[in-house]
Amino acid sequence: MRFHRIAALFMRHMYLYRRSLPRLIEVVYWPLLDLLVWGFITVYLAQYRQNLPGFVTFFIGALILWDILFRSHQGISVSFLEDVWAKNLLNLFASPLSPAEYIFALMLVSVVKLVTVATIMAVLAWIIYSFNIFLIGVALVPFVLNLIVMGWTIGIITTALILRFGQEAEVLAWALGFLFMPVSAVFYPVSVLPRFLQTIAHYVPASHVFEGMREVISSGVFPLSQLMWSSGLNVIYIMAAFLFFRWNFNVVKRKGLLVRIGE
Amino acid sequence: MFEPVVKVKGLTKVFKSLKAVDSVSFSIFPGEILGLLGPNGAGKTTIIHMLLGLTTPTSGDIQVFGLDLRKRRKEIIQNVNFSSSYVSMPNSLSVKESLKVFARLYKTKNREKRIQELLEAFEIAGIKDKLVRHLSSGQQTRLNLAKALINDPKVLLLDEPTASLDPDIADKTRTLLRSIKKDRNISILYTSHNMREMEQMSDRIIFLHKGQIIAEGQPEEVVRSFGRSNLEEVFLKVAREEA
Repeated sequence: MRFHRIAALFMRHMYLYRRSLPRLIEVVYWPLLDLLVWGFITVYLAQYRQNLPGFVTFFIGALILWDILFRSHQGISVSFLEDVWAKNLLNLFASPLSPAEYIFALMLVSVVKLVTVATIMAVLAWIIYSFNIFLIGVALVPFVLNLIVMGWTIGIITTALILRFGQEAEVLAWALGFLFMPVSAVFYPVSVLPRFLQTIAHYVPASHVFEGMREVISSGVFPLSQLMWSSGLNVIYIMAAFLFFRWNFNVVKRKGLLVRIGE
Repeated sequence: MFEPVVKVKGLTKVFKSLKAVDSVSFSIFPGEILGLLGPNGAGKTTIIHMLLGLTTPTSGDIQVFGLDLRKRRKEIIQNVNFSSSYVSMPNSLSVKESLKVFARLYKTKNREKRIQELLEAFEIAGIKDKLVRHLSSGQQTRLNLAKALINDPKVLLLDEPTASLDPDIADKTRTLLRSIKKDRNISILYTSHNMREMEQMSDRIIFLHKGQIIAEGQPEEVVRSFGRSNLEEVFLKVAREEA
């Protein structure tokens, strides 16, 4: 693993965003719309559900946190697609750049993107709804880190699948993250899910994050067990995702698919 | 006798039922330009991809600088580069930014100086701030070639490098490549559909047909072995026999 190669690829993506207004707008456009639509719905519903503690905090907080996961995922998968669309992938992999260095560089890109998005959303939520995400407290930090790692895991798997199945699988760069939304307990507790989905949700790191966040807001108690579950699952999944990507990269090279997607 | 910088032995690639490359063996010596020619689907590009480690061979050995490509790829690739008319540079970056990215990727020494040298050598200094997607195909090809030389490689793999160049720039590019080869003793594997260019550029050629080597030697030797007067006629004979 060499820092200069990771830095080179990171620089390539920063150049891209620095000079591309449509890409910059895209980074903030959807989160902003989400925040406006869901935020106002939340404010409206809150008028009729006074008995539900921290209603606005639940929903707007959940919205911002879900967007962190989604941007973390996209930071990897869409950045990878940028190289596919530019027909530049072969130039990169014909260099000494290793698949692991490539993925690490995209992780860095995703961190920059999601920090930008989260900052914009947090500031807007404060201006528009007088909602301070940091009211959740220091518990926010480990929870956010877990969401970022889960987003990376989904991004790595998406990238591997696009390499394997070609540009027909591009839709996964946007869709795969959402597949986990129903079982991530973003806006509702796991207990409202049917039994079999509850079992699935138990093995989704994000469900523990959102359940934990609700516990912090409603009781003020830090849910250590939820954090442990989320972190444990994330460690297992991201390691599995790396192994899957490495195995898949070798399959793709054996089948001659890397050069097909790269040209 | 010099040791070869590239030594390929029994290289084979099978895609499902298609044998794209069939037991190909050859060597490239220091400072040599080896031309790889043959009709479409002969296996030229697949060989280049295997030499770069982008496609895994079904069987056979590749040694570069005396090292096994399977085991020491990163070390080898640091001193190898390639250019293909089918692969682009990042199209939303400027010419100079693209070269900066690759200079960092290969850890080129004196990056700014090297980039300036290449911009001038390929006559693209005047468009260094232009976005890659706004370049003509000829300018893009010259940028690809500049990228291919960014790490001062000892082995250069060029897949149809002059395909979209006008005759003037194509000629300048050939002259430049020949002078680079002479000055730096660089070894080049070269593919082209321009048979005249292959005759001019190559010290030796390998003629591929359906993944197999059917002739090998100096261009004039290969022409003579087919009983033809130039490589173009040899190419047409092989291609039409296939049809």
